[in-house]
Amino acid sequence: MGSVGAKDVPVLLSPEGLRIDGRRLDELRPIRIEAGPLHQADGSAFVEWGANKVMAAVYGPREVHPRHLQQNNKAVIQCKYNMAAFSVDERKRPGLDRRSQEISKVIGEAFESVVFAEEFPRTSIDIYIEVLQANAGTRCAGLVAASVALADAGIPMVDLLPAVAVGKIAGKIALDLKKEEDNFGEADLPMALVPQSGRLVLLQMEGHMTADELAASLDLGVRGCRDIYETMKAALRARYSAPGDRGGAA
Amino acid sequence: MGGKVYASVLGLLQPRPPLIRVVPLSGRYIPQPGDVVIGTVTDVQGTFWLLDIGAPRWAPLHMTGTPWDVQVGETEKFLRVGDAVVVQVENLDPTGRIGVTMNGEGLGKLDGGTIARISPARVGRVVGRKGSMIETILQHTGARMTVGQNGRVWVDGDPEAIRRVTEVLRTIDDEGMRPGLTERIESLLRASDPTDERGRAPRFAGAPPTDRAPLEVDEPAREPDAGDE
Repeated sequence: MGSVGAKDVPVLLSPEGLRIDGRRLDELRPIRIEAGPLHQADGSAFVEWGANKVMAAVYGPREVHPRHLQQNNKAVIQCKYNMAAFSVDERKRPGLDRRSQEISKVIGEAFESVVFAEEFPRTSIDIYIEVLQANAGTRCAGLVAASVALADAGIPMVDLLPAVAVGKIAGKIALDLKKEEDNFGEADLPMALVPQSGRLVLLQMEGHMTADELAASLDLGVRGCRDIYETMKAALRARYSAPGDRGGAA
Repeated sequence: MGGKVYASVLGLLQPRPPLIRVVPLSGRYIPQPGDVVIGTVTDVQGTFWLLDIGAPRWAPLHMTGTPWDVQVGETEKFLRVGDAVVVQVENLDPTGRIGVTMNGEGLGKLDGGTIARISPARVGRVVGRKGSMIETILQHTGARMTVGQNGRVWVDGDPEAIRRVTEVLRTIDDEGMRPGLTERIESLLRASDPTDERGRAPRFAGAPPTDRAPLEVDEPAREPDAGDE
Protein backbone atom coordinates (compact mmCIF):
# COMPACT_ATOMS: atom_id res chain seq x y z
CA MET A 1 0.00 0.00 0.00
CA GLY A 2 1.10 3.55 -0.58
CA SER A 3 2.85 5.35 2.23
CA VAL A 4 2.73 8.93 1.06
CA GLY A 5 0.04 11.29 2.32
CA ALA A 6 -3.38 9.73 2.65
CA LYS A 7 -4.00 7.04 5.24
CA ASP A 8 -4.66 3.53 4.09
CA VAL A 9 -8.36 3.00 3.64
CA PRO A 10 -9.31 -0.41 4.99
CA VAL A 11 -11.67 -2.66 3.10
CA LEU A 12 -14.94 -1.94 4.88
CA LEU A 13 -17.04 -4.51 3.09
CA SER A 14 -15.87 -7.92 1.90
CA PRO A 15 -17.12 -9.36 -1.41
CA GLU A 16 -19.38 -11.65 0.65
CA GLY A 17 -21.01 -8.58 2.20
CA LEU A 18 -19.36 -8.92 5.60
CA ARG A 19 -17.90 -6.01 7.53
CA ILE A 20 -14.42 -5.80 9.05
CA ASP A 21 -15.58 -7.41 12.27
CA GLY A 22 -17.57 -10.07 10.41
CA ARG A 23 -20.98 -8.51 10.94
CA ARG A 24 -23.65 -8.28 8.29
CA LEU A 25 -24.91 -4.84 7.30
CA ASP A 26 -27.97 -4.95 9.56
CA GLU A 27 -26.26 -6.41 12.60
CA LEU A 28 -25.56 -4.67 15.92
CA ARG A 29 -22.38 -5.04 17.91
CA PRO A 30 -22.86 -7.09 21.09
CA ILE A 31 -24.39 -5.04 23.93
CA ARG A 32 -24.25 -5.68 27.64
CA ILE A 33 -26.10 -3.37 30.02
CA GLU A 34 -25.83 -3.39 33.78
CA ALA A 35 -28.28 -1.32 35.81
CA GLY A 36 -27.36 0.13 39.18
CA PRO A 37 -23.61 -0.49 39.54
CA LEU A 38 -23.04 2.73 41.49
CA HIS A 39 -24.13 3.14 45.11
CA GLN A 40 -23.83 6.83 45.62
CA ALA A 41 -25.95 7.86 42.67
CA ASP A 42 -29.75 7.77 42.70
CA GLY A 43 -29.54 5.72 39.52
CA SER A 44 -26.74 4.36 37.36
CA ALA A 45 -25.96 2.11 34.45
CA PHE A 46 -22.92 0.68 32.71
CA VAL A 47 -23.00 -0.13 29.02
CA GLU A 48 -20.53 -2.20 27.05
CA TRP A 49 -21.35 -1.94 23.40
CA GLY A 50 -18.79 -3.44 21.07
CA ALA A 51 -15.56 -1.86 22.27
CA ASN A 52 -17.39 1.08 23.88
CA LYS A 53 -17.53 1.27 27.65
CA VAL A 54 -19.78 3.94 29.09
CA MET A 55 -20.89 4.66 32.65
CA ALA A 56 -23.86 6.88 33.42
CA ALA A 57 -25.00 8.24 36.79
CA VAL A 58 -28.19 10.12 37.58
CA TYR A 59 -28.71 12.34 40.61
CA GLY A 60 -31.97 13.91 41.55
CA PRO A 61 -34.44 15.37 41.44
CA ARG A 62 -32.42 17.57 43.79
CA GLU A 63 -31.72 21.22 44.58
CA VAL A 64 -30.53 23.18 41.55
CA HIS A 65 -26.96 24.42 41.42
CA PRO A 66 -26.36 27.10 40.35
CA ARG A 67 -29.60 28.55 41.70
CA HIS A 68 -30.41 30.86 38.79
CA LEU A 69 -31.05 27.90 36.50
CA GLN A 70 -34.01 26.88 38.66
CA GLN A 71 -37.36 26.73 36.85
CA ASN A 72 -40.53 27.43 38.77
CA ASN A 73 -42.73 25.01 36.89
CA LYS A 74 -40.51 22.01 36.21
CA ALA A 75 -37.24 20.27 36.84
CA VAL A 76 -34.23 21.27 34.78
CA ILE A 77 -32.35 18.44 33.17
CA GLN A 78 -28.61 18.93 33.22
CA CYS A 79 -26.57 16.50 31.21
CA LYS A 80 -22.81 16.22 31.12
CA TYR A 81 -21.09 13.96 28.63
CA ASN A 82 -17.40 13.48 29.14
CA MET A 83 -14.74 11.35 27.50
CA ALA A 84 -11.92 10.07 29.65
CA ALA A 85 -8.43 11.04 28.52
CA PHE A 86 -7.63 7.34 28.14
CA SER A 87 -10.78 6.47 26.19
CA VAL A 88 -9.16 6.80 22.77
CA ASP A 89 -5.90 5.67 21.17
CA GLU A 90 -4.22 9.01 21.36
CA ARG A 91 -4.69 10.72 24.72
CA LYS A 92 -7.61 13.11 24.58
CA ARG A 93 -7.16 16.47 26.24
CA PRO A 94 -9.42 16.16 29.24
CA GLY A 95 -12.30 18.48 29.93
CA LEU A 96 -14.94 20.34 28.01
CA ASP A 97 -14.59 20.73 24.27
CA ARG A 98 -17.01 21.69 21.55
CA ARG A 99 -17.85 18.11 20.76
CA SER A 100 -18.71 17.11 24.33
CA GLN A 101 -20.74 20.29 24.82
CA GLU A 102 -22.76 19.51 21.74
CA ILE A 103 -23.37 15.91 22.78
CA SER A 104 -24.34 16.97 26.30
CA LYS A 105 -26.84 19.38 24.82
CA VAL A 106 -28.49 16.98 22.37
CA ILE A 107 -28.71 14.16 24.90
CA GLY A 108 -30.14 16.50 27.55
CA GLU A 109 -32.74 17.74 25.08
CA ALA A 110 -33.67 14.20 24.08
CA PHE A 111 -34.45 13.43 27.71
CA GLU A 112 -36.36 16.65 28.21
CA SER A 113 -38.92 15.30 25.77
CA VAL A 114 -39.54 12.05 27.67
CA VAL A 115 -39.08 12.90 31.37
CA PHE A 116 -42.13 14.20 33.28
CA ALA A 117 -40.19 17.20 34.55
CA GLU A 118 -43.32 19.05 35.68
CA GLU A 119 -43.62 16.66 38.61
CA PHE A 120 -40.57 18.13 40.29
CA PRO A 121 -40.67 21.94 40.07
CA ARG A 122 -37.58 23.92 41.13
CA THR A 123 -35.34 20.90 41.09
CA SER A 124 -32.61 19.52 38.90
CA ILE A 125 -32.10 16.10 37.42
CA ASP A 126 -28.40 15.68 36.77
CA ILE A 127 -27.11 13.15 34.27
CA TYR A 128 -23.42 12.35 34.07
CA ILE A 129 -22.11 10.25 31.20
CA GLU A 130 -18.50 9.11 31.32
CA VAL A 131 -17.01 7.42 28.28
CA LEU A 132 -14.27 5.11 29.53
CA GLN A 133 -13.47 3.52 26.20
CA ALA A 134 -14.62 4.82 22.84
CA ASN A 135 -15.11 3.08 19.53
CA ALA A 136 -17.67 5.14 17.61
CA GLY A 137 -21.30 5.50 18.65
CA THR A 138 -20.53 6.77 22.15
CA ARG A 139 -23.33 9.32 22.10
CA CYS A 140 -25.78 6.51 21.49
CA ALA A 141 -24.15 4.29 24.09
CA GLY A 142 -24.17 7.23 26.52
CA LEU A 143 -27.81 7.92 25.84
CA VAL A 144 -28.76 4.28 26.38
CA ALA A 145 -26.78 4.19 29.63
CA ALA A 146 -28.33 7.45 30.84
CA SER A 147 -31.80 6.21 30.01
CA VAL A 148 -31.38 3.01 32.03
CA ALA A 149 -29.85 5.08 34.85
CA LEU A 150 -32.88 7.40 34.85
CA ALA A 151 -35.22 4.42 35.14
CA ASP A 152 -33.02 3.02 37.90
CA ALA A 153 -33.34 6.37 39.68
CA GLY A 154 -37.11 5.96 39.64
CA ILE A 155 -37.67 9.07 37.56
CA PRO A 156 -41.04 9.11 35.79
CA MET A 157 -40.83 9.24 32.02
CA VAL A 158 -42.72 8.33 28.90
CA ASP A 159 -40.42 5.50 27.92
CA LEU A 160 -36.85 4.30 27.80
CA LEU A 161 -34.77 5.80 25.02
CA PRO A 162 -32.85 3.32 22.91
CA ALA A 163 -30.40 4.86 20.45
CA VAL A 164 -28.21 3.68 17.62
CA ALA A 165 -26.27 5.10 14.69
CA VAL A 166 -26.75 4.07 11.10
CA GLY A 167 -24.09 4.89 8.54
CA LYS A 168 -22.99 4.41 4.98
CA ILE A 169 -19.93 2.32 4.25
CA ALA A 170 -18.64 1.35 0.83
CA GLY A 171 -21.84 2.70 -0.67
CA LYS A 172 -24.11 0.58 1.53
CA ILE A 173 -26.33 1.42 4.49
CA ALA A 174 -25.04 -0.25 7.66
CA LEU A 175 -26.26 -0.44 11.23
CA ASP A 176 -24.16 0.56 14.25
CA LEU A 177 -20.82 1.69 12.82
CA LYS A 178 -17.59 0.85 14.59
CA LYS A 179 -14.58 3.12 14.62
CA GLU A 180 -12.99 2.26 11.26
CA GLU A 181 -16.37 2.39 9.54
CA ASP A 182 -17.08 5.75 11.11
CA ASN A 183 -13.68 7.15 10.14
CA PHE A 184 -13.62 5.90 6.57
CA GLY A 185 -17.35 5.61 5.82
CA GLU A 186 -19.42 8.13 3.90
CA ALA A 187 -22.09 9.01 6.45
CA ASP A 188 -23.07 8.67 10.08
CA LEU A 189 -26.62 9.11 11.38
CA PRO A 190 -27.20 8.71 15.12
CA MET A 191 -30.79 8.56 16.33
CA ALA A 192 -32.80 7.96 19.51
CA LEU A 193 -36.29 6.50 19.48
CA VAL A 194 -39.30 6.59 21.80
CA PRO A 195 -40.44 3.00 21.15
CA GLN A 196 -43.94 3.51 22.53
CA SER A 197 -44.79 6.28 20.06
CA GLY A 198 -42.25 5.72 17.31
CA ARG A 199 -41.05 9.29 17.68
CA LEU A 200 -37.39 10.20 17.16
CA VAL A 201 -36.03 12.55 19.81
CA LEU A 202 -32.48 12.72 18.56
CA LEU A 203 -31.34 12.74 14.98
CA GLN A 204 -28.06 14.03 13.70
CA MET A 205 -26.21 13.45 10.49
CA GLU A 206 -22.73 13.78 9.15
CA GLY A 207 -21.69 13.01 5.57
CA HIS A 208 -23.78 12.48 2.47
CA MET A 209 -26.78 10.32 1.65
CA THR A 210 -29.51 10.37 -0.95
CA ALA A 211 -33.10 10.82 0.17
CA ASP A 212 -33.78 7.13 -0.50
CA GLU A 213 -30.75 6.10 1.53
CA LEU A 214 -31.88 8.33 4.38
CA ALA A 215 -35.31 6.70 4.43
CA ALA A 216 -33.75 3.23 4.41
CA SER A 217 -31.37 4.27 7.18
CA LEU A 218 -34.18 5.50 9.38
CA ASP A 219 -36.00 2.20 8.95
CA LEU A 220 -32.89 0.23 9.79
CA GLY A 221 -32.12 2.45 12.79
CA VAL A 222 -35.61 2.12 14.22
CA ARG A 223 -35.35 -1.65 13.98
CA GLY A 224 -31.96 -1.53 15.74
CA CYS A 225 -33.42 0.69 18.47
CA ARG A 226 -36.18 -1.81 19.14
CA ASP A 227 -33.60 -4.57 19.68
CA ILE A 228 -31.67 -2.39 22.08
CA TYR A 229 -34.92 -1.51 23.87
CA GLU A 230 -35.36 -5.18 24.80
CA THR A 231 -31.81 -5.37 26.15
CA MET A 232 -32.44 -2.27 28.25
CA LYS A 233 -35.62 -3.69 29.75
CA ALA A 234 -33.87 -6.98 30.48
CA ALA A 235 -31.09 -5.12 32.31
CA LEU A 236 -33.59 -3.36 34.56
CA ARG A 237 -35.44 -6.59 35.26
CA ALA A 238 -32.20 -8.31 36.19
CA ARG A 239 -31.28 -5.49 38.54
CA TYR A 240 -34.47 -5.79 40.55
CA SER A 241 -34.85 -9.53 40.69
CA ALA A 242 -31.25 -10.63 41.19
CA PRO A 243 -30.02 -11.47 44.66
CA GLY A 244 -28.41 -8.61 46.34
CA ASP A 245 -24.91 -8.14 45.11
CA ARG A 246 -24.79 -4.40 44.73
CA GLY A 247 -21.26 -4.46 43.41
CA GLY A 248 -18.23 -2.95 45.07
CA ALA A 249 -17.81 -2.12 48.74
CA ALA A 250 -21.04 -1.18 50.39
CA MET B 1 -52.54 5.14 25.24
CA GLY B 2 -54.22 2.81 22.77
CA GLY B 3 -56.51 1.49 25.50
CA LYS B 4 -53.52 0.44 27.56
CA VAL B 5 -52.07 1.92 30.70
CA TYR B 6 -48.35 2.48 30.93
CA ALA B 7 -46.30 3.05 34.03
CA SER B 8 -44.08 6.10 34.17
CA VAL B 9 -41.78 4.65 36.79
CA LEU B 10 -40.03 1.36 37.25
CA GLY B 11 -41.98 -0.74 39.71
CA LEU B 12 -43.94 -3.81 40.66
CA LEU B 13 -47.44 -4.17 39.31
CA GLN B 14 -50.16 -4.67 41.91
CA PRO B 15 -53.58 -5.10 40.35
CA ARG B 16 -56.35 -4.35 42.82
CA PRO B 17 -59.49 -4.14 40.73
CA PRO B 18 -60.76 -1.70 39.75
CA LEU B 19 -57.45 0.01 40.38
CA ILE B 20 -53.92 -0.77 39.36
CA ARG B 21 -51.04 0.27 41.52
CA VAL B 22 -47.39 0.34 40.59
CA VAL B 23 -45.15 0.00 43.62
CA PRO B 24 -41.96 1.87 42.85
CA LEU B 25 -38.76 -0.10 43.25
CA SER B 26 -36.50 2.87 43.41
CA GLY B 27 -36.40 6.60 43.46
CA ARG B 28 -35.94 9.46 45.83
CA TYR B 29 -38.08 10.01 48.87
CA ILE B 30 -41.36 11.71 47.98
CA PRO B 31 -42.65 13.39 51.16
CA GLN B 32 -46.17 12.87 52.49
CA PRO B 33 -47.74 14.92 55.28
CA GLY B 34 -47.43 13.08 58.58
CA ASP B 35 -44.23 11.22 57.67
CA VAL B 36 -41.58 11.11 60.35
CA VAL B 37 -38.21 11.55 58.68
CA ILE B 38 -34.57 11.89 59.59
CA GLY B 39 -32.68 14.81 58.09
CA THR B 40 -29.33 16.53 58.32
CA VAL B 41 -28.83 20.28 58.51
CA THR B 42 -27.35 21.67 55.30
CA ASP B 43 -27.73 25.40 55.90
CA VAL B 44 -28.40 27.74 58.80
CA GLN B 45 -30.27 31.05 58.31
CA GLY B 46 -31.43 33.66 60.80
CA THR B 47 -34.84 32.17 61.46
CA PHE B 48 -34.69 28.67 59.99
CA TRP B 49 -32.54 25.72 59.07
CA LEU B 50 -32.52 23.88 55.78
CA LEU B 51 -32.67 20.11 56.09
CA ASP B 52 -31.65 17.46 53.63
CA ILE B 53 -34.26 14.74 54.09
CA GLY B 54 -33.43 12.92 50.85
CA ALA B 55 -36.40 14.52 49.08
CA PRO B 56 -36.15 16.38 45.77
CA ARG B 57 -35.79 19.63 47.71
CA TRP B 58 -34.38 20.82 51.00
CA ALA B 59 -36.95 21.29 53.73
CA PRO B 60 -36.93 24.49 55.80
CA LEU B 61 -37.37 24.00 59.55
CA HIS B 62 -38.52 27.28 61.05
CA MET B 63 -37.37 28.19 64.55
CA THR B 64 -41.00 28.31 65.70
CA GLY B 65 -41.27 24.67 64.69
CA THR B 66 -38.92 23.59 67.46
CA PRO B 67 -39.48 22.90 71.15
CA TRP B 68 -36.73 25.42 71.95
CA ASP B 69 -36.89 29.12 72.71
CA VAL B 70 -34.89 30.33 69.72
CA GLN B 71 -34.09 34.04 69.25
CA VAL B 72 -33.75 35.44 65.75
CA GLY B 73 -30.12 35.11 64.72
CA GLU B 74 -29.34 32.51 67.34
CA THR B 75 -30.36 29.50 65.29
CA GLU B 76 -26.79 28.28 65.14
CA LYS B 77 -26.70 27.84 68.91
CA PHE B 78 -29.22 25.04 68.56
CA LEU B 79 -28.43 23.25 65.33
CA ARG B 80 -25.37 23.50 63.11
CA VAL B 81 -24.60 22.22 59.65
CA GLY B 82 -24.23 18.44 59.79
CA ASP B 83 -26.47 17.86 62.83
CA ALA B 84 -29.08 15.15 62.49
CA VAL B 85 -32.71 15.62 63.50
CA VAL B 86 -35.98 13.72 63.54
CA VAL B 87 -38.80 15.85 62.15
CA GLN B 88 -42.31 15.37 60.85
CA VAL B 89 -43.58 16.51 57.46
CA GLU B 90 -46.43 18.96 58.08
CA ASN B 91 -47.46 20.19 54.66
CA LEU B 92 -46.51 20.33 51.03
CA ASP B 93 -47.36 23.05 48.58
CA PRO B 94 -47.79 22.53 44.83
CA THR B 95 -44.36 24.00 44.12
CA GLY B 96 -42.83 21.18 46.11
CA ARG B 97 -41.93 23.19 49.20
CA ILE B 98 -41.82 20.90 52.22
CA GLY B 99 -42.87 22.17 55.64
CA VAL B 100 -41.48 20.25 58.61
CA THR B 101 -41.81 20.56 62.37
CA MET B 102 -39.90 19.31 65.35
CA ASN B 103 -42.81 19.71 67.75
CA GLY B 104 -44.17 16.31 68.60
CA GLU B 105 -43.45 13.08 70.33
CA GLY B 106 -40.26 11.34 69.28
CA LEU B 107 -39.06 14.36 67.33
CA GLY B 108 -35.89 16.29 68.08
CA LYS B 109 -32.15 16.40 67.64
CA LEU B 110 -30.20 13.16 67.40
CA ASP B 111 -27.05 12.80 69.49
CA GLY B 112 -24.58 9.99 68.98
CA GLY B 113 -25.32 6.85 67.04
CA THR B 114 -25.00 6.56 63.31
CA ILE B 115 -27.30 7.01 60.35
CA ALA B 116 -27.70 4.25 57.80
CA ARG B 117 -29.30 4.92 54.43
CA ILE B 118 -31.61 2.58 52.64
CA SER B 119 -33.88 3.07 49.68
CA PRO B 120 -37.15 4.78 50.70
CA ALA B 121 -38.94 2.02 48.80
CA ARG B 122 -37.56 -0.46 51.34
CA VAL B 123 -38.74 1.31 54.50
CA GLY B 124 -41.86 -0.85 54.74
CA ARG B 125 -39.72 -3.97 54.79
CA VAL B 126 -37.50 -2.65 57.58
CA VAL B 127 -40.50 -1.77 59.73
CA GLY B 128 -42.29 -5.02 58.95
CA ARG B 129 -45.94 -5.76 59.54
CA LYS B 130 -46.97 -3.67 62.56
CA GLY B 131 -43.30 -3.11 63.37
CA SER B 132 -42.47 -6.82 63.49
CA MET B 133 -39.17 -6.48 61.67
CA ILE B 134 -37.97 -3.68 63.94
CA GLU B 135 -38.94 -5.82 66.96
CA THR B 136 -36.93 -8.73 65.62
CA ILE B 137 -33.87 -6.62 64.98
CA LEU B 138 -33.97 -4.86 68.33
CA GLN B 139 -34.52 -8.09 70.25
CA HIS B 140 -31.52 -9.74 68.66
CA THR B 141 -29.12 -6.83 68.93
CA GLY B 142 -30.18 -4.68 71.86
CA ALA B 143 -29.64 -1.57 69.76
CA ARG B 144 -31.84 1.50 69.65
CA MET B 145 -33.14 2.65 66.33
CA THR B 146 -35.43 5.13 64.61
CA VAL B 147 -36.61 4.52 61.07
CA GLY B 148 -37.45 7.59 59.00
CA GLN B 149 -39.96 7.25 56.18
CA ASN B 150 -37.27 8.78 53.95
CA GLY B 151 -35.03 5.74 54.22
CA ARG B 152 -32.65 7.09 56.82
CA VAL B 153 -32.27 4.92 59.88
CA TRP B 154 -30.69 6.13 63.08
CA VAL B 155 -29.00 3.36 65.06
CA ASP B 156 -27.43 3.63 68.51
CA GLY B 157 -26.10 1.11 70.98
CA ASP B 158 -22.73 -0.55 71.51
CA PRO B 159 -20.51 -0.63 68.42
CA GLU B 160 -21.01 -4.34 67.79
CA ALA B 161 -24.79 -3.92 67.85
CA ILE B 162 -24.58 -0.98 65.44
CA ARG B 163 -22.45 -3.03 63.12
CA ARG B 164 -24.91 -5.90 63.12
CA VAL B 165 -27.92 -3.66 62.61
CA THR B 166 -26.35 -1.84 59.68
CA GLU B 167 -25.45 -5.17 58.13
CA VAL B 168 -29.05 -6.33 58.46
CA LEU B 169 -30.28 -3.06 56.98
CA ARG B 170 -27.98 -3.50 54.03
CA THR B 171 -29.33 -6.99 53.46
CA ILE B 172 -32.90 -5.73 53.55
CA ASP B 173 -32.01 -2.95 51.16
CA ASP B 174 -30.46 -5.44 48.75
CA GLU B 175 -32.97 -8.25 49.00
CA GLY B 176 -36.05 -6.49 50.30
CA MET B 177 -38.17 -7.18 47.25
CA ARG B 178 -37.95 -10.96 47.45
CA PRO B 179 -40.14 -13.22 49.59
CA GLY B 180 -39.06 -14.95 52.79
CA LEU B 181 -37.25 -11.90 54.06
CA THR B 182 -38.15 -12.21 57.73
CA GLU B 183 -36.80 -15.76 57.95
CA ARG B 184 -33.59 -14.81 56.22
CA ILE B 185 -33.06 -11.82 58.46
CA GLU B 186 -33.71 -13.90 61.57
CA SER B 187 -31.18 -16.50 60.55
CA LEU B 188 -28.71 -13.79 59.70
CA LEU B 189 -29.19 -12.20 63.10
CA ARG B 190 -28.87 -15.51 64.89
CA ALA B 191 -25.74 -16.35 62.98
CA SER B 192 -24.09 -13.08 63.94
CA ASP B 193 -25.26 -13.22 67.56
CA PRO B 194 -22.23 -13.46 69.84
CA THR B 195 -24.34 -15.01 72.62
CA ASP B 196 -24.86 -18.11 70.52
CA GLU B 197 -21.14 -18.71 70.44
CA ARG B 198 -20.28 -18.36 74.09
CA GLY B 199 -23.53 -18.26 76.00
CA ARG B 200 -23.14 -14.72 77.29
CA ALA B 201 -23.35 -11.45 75.44
CA PRO B 202 -20.09 -9.55 75.72
CA ARG B 203 -21.02 -6.00 76.57
CA PHE B 204 -18.63 -3.87 74.61
CA ALA B 205 -15.90 -2.45 76.83
CA GLY B 206 -12.83 -1.91 74.71
CA ALA B 207 -12.93 -5.53 73.66
CA PRO B 208 -9.54 -7.22 73.37
CA PRO B 209 -8.48 -8.40 69.90
CA THR B 210 -9.53 -11.97 70.65
CA ASP B 211 -13.12 -10.77 70.88
CA ARG B 212 -13.06 -10.17 67.16
CA ALA B 213 -14.18 -13.77 66.65
CA PRO B 214 -17.84 -12.93 65.86
CA LEU B 215 -16.67 -11.06 62.80
CA GLU B 216 -15.32 -14.25 61.29
CA VAL B 217 -18.14 -16.38 62.59
CA ASP B 218 -20.80 -14.67 60.56
CA GLU B 219 -18.99 -14.91 57.26
CA PRO B 220 -19.36 -18.66 56.66
CA ALA B 221 -22.85 -18.48 58.13
CA ARG B 222 -23.90 -16.23 55.28
CA GLU B 223 -22.85 -18.64 52.56
CA PRO B 224 -25.88 -20.96 52.61
CA ASP B 225 -28.06 -17.89 52.61
CA ALA B 226 -26.54 -16.63 49.39
CA GLY B 227 -26.51 -20.09 47.87
CA ASP B 228 -30.18 -20.96 48.09
CA GLU B 229 -31.33 -18.26 45.72
